[in-house]
Amino acid sequence: MMAETPPPILPSPTAATAPFWEAAREHRLVLPLTADGEPYFYPRPFSPGSLAPGTEWVEASGRGVLYSYTVDRRGTAPAFAARAPYVIGIVELEEGPRMTTNIVECAIEDVRIGMAVEAVYEDVDDEVTLVQFRPAQG
Amino acid sequence: MRNGRRAAISGTAEWAPQRRWDTPMFGLEAYGKLAREALEDAGMELGEIDGILCTRLGDAPMFAPAAVAEYLGIEANFGEVVDLGGANATGMVWRAAAAIEAGVCDACLCLLPSVPAPPQPGASPRAQNWMLGADAWGAPHGQFDAPYGLINPNSHFAMVAQRYMYEYDLEPETLAKIAVQGRENALLNQKAIFRDQPITIDDVLNSPLVVDPLHLLEIVMPCSGGAGVIVTTLERAQQTGLRPVVVSGFGEHITHKSITYAPSLTQIPIVAAADRAFAMAGVEREAIDVASMYDCYTITVLVTIEDSGFCAKGEGPRFVEEHDLRFSGDWPLNTHGGQLGMGQGGAAGGMSHVVDVVTQLQGRAGPRQVGSAERGYVTGTGGCMSEQVALVLEGA
Repeated sequence: MMAETPPPILPSPTAATAPFWEAAREHRLVLPLTADGEPYFYPRPFSPGSLAPGTEWVEASGRGVLYSYTVDRRGTAPAFAARAPYVIGIVELEEGPRMTTNIVECAIEDVRIGMAVEAVYEDVDDEVTLVQFRPAQG
Repeated sequence: MRNGRRAAISGTAEWAPQRRWDTPMFGLEAYGKLAREALEDAGMELGEIDGILCTRLGDAPMFAPAAVAEYLGIEANFGEVVDLGGANATGMVWRAAAAIEAGVCDACLCLLPSVPAPPQPGASPRAQNWMLGADAWGAPHGQFDAPYGLINPNSHFAMVAQRYMYEYDLEPETLAKIAVQGRENALLNQKAIFRDQPITIDDVLNSPLVVDPLHLLEIVMPCSGGAGVIVTTLERAQQTGLRPVVVSGFGEHITHKSITYAPSLTQIPIVAAADRAFAMAGVEREAIDVASMYDCYTITVLVTIEDSGFCAKGEGPRFVEEHDLRFSGDWPLNTHGGQLGMGQGGAAGGMSHVVDVVTQLQGRAGPRQVGSAERGYVTGTGGCMSEQVALVLEGA
């Protein structure tokens, strides 16, 4: 018997994270602010490190640099086997926080730590848009 | 506060890791079987046990210590579920030692059974829990990491290695040496899954890339298994036929779950854990005779060596190149072969490092005995370099 194909993994927004995913659907990148006004990631109903309530958001530039990455050659998680090989990366945003992402629109052999990247929006369906990154277009 | 009491490890039990486990057992059954073997090893009676350290078990997903007490037929003065992944074993040992030194209890089972349960009649085979909790409703990593494929620890540790290679001077051959020398130790360990398969640096580097820059032979082989130790008072351990191994220093540090949110990708939690452990023990790094470091991947060992303070930051690659890490070498490491050479007996993998050093300090390592070993150092690493525990162990 064939193993059941796992469903694609899509985010299920919560009250604390919905503004991020709503912005992504509009092809905008927004970051939550701590009570001290510092952008951070991922969104919580309070500031990590102080627990001070914070509900403000800031529009981010969508620019950053690739902090680290790997090439998943086999699909280390079953839902990703069909995509392999693909690049999993950590982007350090211009505003400071780091995000998990994929590097797209770039040959695997051209991916480098430190490369300038910019956000690009992958509309998965009517509900969900993922924030991906590609090499900065200059 | 030690209350005048000191805690020591006495008996051990360890099952050879296997890819396919021939004799399925429920978690409680396996826990009891390991307990009997560890008690026999120490020459202790079940009735002496009054501390239970365990993980959630398949047939005891809640109230696990109570279920173990009832199933084994004992009463306990201390029960603890530890949830530190690869740091469970080291985490259990210091929790048991602290409870004993505080006078809460006198003898603890620290056991990690990790074997398949008998198939459930009429049930379809259970899907592997490859989501590692990220699929729980509301789990942050289900939203912000899993959609991008960052789930399996392979990818997290690969990004540590990639970043390390960017910040410091590290060649793939140096990482490969860790796998090769561990394997040489494994050749002398009858319980090692790779006991008949020597490898070379070329073998490692020619094995397929799984998650750049890590090759297949730099990644542990997932197996089933089981292992554990008994921690008791030094006084009681001295009455057994085994050399007591005093738990003289310990430290734990936890910083993140997903590597994306780690304070640093290249300076890992063991820094604080090791400093605390060595300070508590009053032991210098140079006094360590044998070390056993959690080796889910080669990179884990390299960064753990330097962040444990055995060399300066960034000097890990030079340290690995300059030292002979075999049991017979000048810096014996993972003399059981490591998990890379022995196979990762599931949740028991981390315990293999505790058993490794205890076996050496008790002079029971047979053909891979390092000679007179007085002091050992053990690390555990859980999650995605998320949580680490350091132990300093000393023969009494």
